[in-house]
Amino acid sequence: MYSHIMVPVDLAHAEQLQKALQTAADLAKLYQASVCYVGVSASAPSSVAHTPEEFAAKMEKFSQAQAAKYQLPNVSSAAYISHDPTADLDDTLMRASKDAGADLVVMASHVPGLLEHVFASNAGYFASFSKISVLVVR
Amino acid sequence: MTESTDITPDGDSTLIETDYEIGQDNINTQIGPVNVDVHNPVFLISGLCIVAFVVLTLAFQDSAGTMFNAMRVWLTSTFDWFFIASANVFVVLCLVLVVSPLGRVRLGGTDATPDYSYSGWFAMLFAAGMGIGLMFYGVSEPLSHYASSVADNAGSPDSWAPLAGAPGDSEAARRLGMAATIFHWALHPWAIYAIVALALALFSYNKGLPLTMRSIFYPIFGERIWGWTGHIIDILAVFATLFGLATSLGFGAEQASAGLEFLFGLPASDTTKVFLIIGITGIALLSVVAGLDAGVKRLSEINMVLAVLLLLFVVIVGPTVAILSGFFHNLVAYVQNLPALSNPVGRTDANFSQGWTAFYWAWWISWSPFVGMFIARVSRGRTVREFITCVLLIPSLVCVFWMTAFGGTAISQLVNDGVQAVASAPLELQLFSMLAQLPLTEITSFLGIVLVIVFFVTSSDSGSLVIDTITAGGKIDAPTPQRIFWCVFEGLVAIALLLGGGLGALQAMSVSTGFPFTIVLLLACVAIVKGLMSEPR
Repeated sequence: MYSHIMVPVDLAHAEQLQKALQTAADLAKLYQASVCYVGVSASAPSSVAHTPEEFAAKMEKFSQAQAAKYQLPNVSSAAYISHDPTADLDDTLMRASKDAGADLVVMASHVPGLLEHVFASNAGYFASFSKISVLVVR
Repeated sequence: MTESTDITPDGDSTLIETDYEIGQDNINTQIGPVNVDVHNPVFLISGLCIVAFVVLTLAFQDSAGTMFNAMRVWLTSTFDWFFIASANVFVVLCLVLVVSPLGRVRLGGTDATPDYSYSGWFAMLFAAGMGIGLMFYGVSEPLSHYASSVADNAGSPDSWAPLAGAPGDSEAARRLGMAATIFHWALHPWAIYAIVALALALFSYNKGLPLTMRSIFYPIFGERIWGWTGHIIDILAVFATLFGLATSLGFGAEQASAGLEFLFGLPASDTTKVFLIIGITGIALLSVVAGLDAGVKRLSEINMVLAVLLLLFVVIVGPTVAILSGFFHNLVAYVQNLPALSNPVGRTDANFSQGWTAFYWAWWISWSPFVGMFIARVSRGRTVREFITCVLLIPSLVCVFWMTAFGGTAISQLVNDGVQAVASAPLELQLFSMLAQLPLTEITSFLGIVLVIVFFVTSSDSGSLVIDTITAGGKIDAPTPQRIFWCVFEGLVAIALLLGGGLGALQAMSVSTGFPFTIVLLLACVAIVKGLMSEPR
């Protein structure tokens, strides 16, 4: 049913993603799909990485750790550098899903609150505008 | 993630080893529906101090105005030599870096690629760096220097003429007036910005420290920059930026409404001004929410196109040959007068060197944390040589051309055609009076007003991004509501000061922050040289 699953990952809050990561791994095993973990960072230093190269390396290490944890045979990672992640995250993820050739996106999102009426959450925006299937994990 | 996170990039790395993790002092919590991620204590202290200053200034208007103005005058007249000498140091350091082998260092490491194309990059740094000043001083400053130089009392202690002036000699006075104006708008201000921007970019992109003012001081204060030493530097930067922006937003609204009155007969009432501030803040708000690429960059590019259109119009419709040849004559006059104008000691033109030059330097320097931070944010991937060429040399040439076109045309109108209207118009209307002497006045004046407003928007949006980054401890991915907060806060401070009075008082105070920042910038020069020496070239 699905052959390429994309999972957006925020390395700064990886501990809050466990449910989404588990879901993605289970689906990948069920359909023998490959999994691509995608991260977005700014080029300026952040709490996760000091340079874009370090960020890419951490994303790769993260995906390998996921592969080992869930015995996934086919994982990859992609690191995107955005000029202004606060504003551009949605569009960058949209581009990443095309680049990865994904047919399913599994992403974590917080429970929507009052603010979502003004600014859609990233997952909300993504689910509204993406052409491929999106599984939002809360 | 539970694994260890000790990964460093391959190849030559000059990252500074520190245990400080970016955002470790941040408060990350949920207030009502809003997610916040702010630096403790920089966010709270700067916010509260700004409110306190506004309230106190409104409550004690007369004494606050007198006090802050006296402080500003005292600083620029007592330390004029210090401002002038320091600015010279910045220019010389930049020029040395261009030709030295250190110019080969690339911001972001040897393999980094530029974040922005030349056109987008240049549009953004120009819109943030000078913007509005060119609109108002482009006509009035050359005229003012010309008038004081040609006057009979030029050269006497009570004259405001640059150097010895040129009493009665119209041609010499014109050359001197243009040289003095260019002196205030070309190499020196851009060198001030370049130093701050270069230091920030170097310590952030190459050394891995957070993109905030305190990082520049790592080579000098070491780990202490994560404590109160750093907090104070960052708070001071927020202070200078917000008051600089809010007061010029207030004054800008006054000037734009004067232009609207002149053009359309719209009364320049408080209501008009408040609506202008709300309008400018509203557009800036849309811009910061849309982000750096979709908002700030796009507006800066629109701004640039409009400015070029207006400039081309003045060149083509105005005295074309005089402007084109004037460009080279003024450049020569600038170079000839540069040693005398930038001489910090033994000046006989105290009114000029203290009231104009030292004031300008303090003003540019008080803007430097904001403009420098913003330039650094968009300059990753350039070599030091490219960086200085594009941040120092090209903008300087553009300013020479702009001043020649606008100021030179106005002086020609006064000298050759005997038009007194421009020279006698109030400062904020001189640009429009000059345009009124040229054809198609309605169109160009309207374009002028639109440019004034867009220039304010591009300062306001980039300023909000900068304050947001500093108050989030150098994180540039802080939640959207925070940048909205700073953008709105800035508009509110401007409205409060406009209605309550006190714009002048707080502007004097923000210019006064130029003094501590001059020391900051001198230390930054040391840090830049130290930092560049350890980079692979």
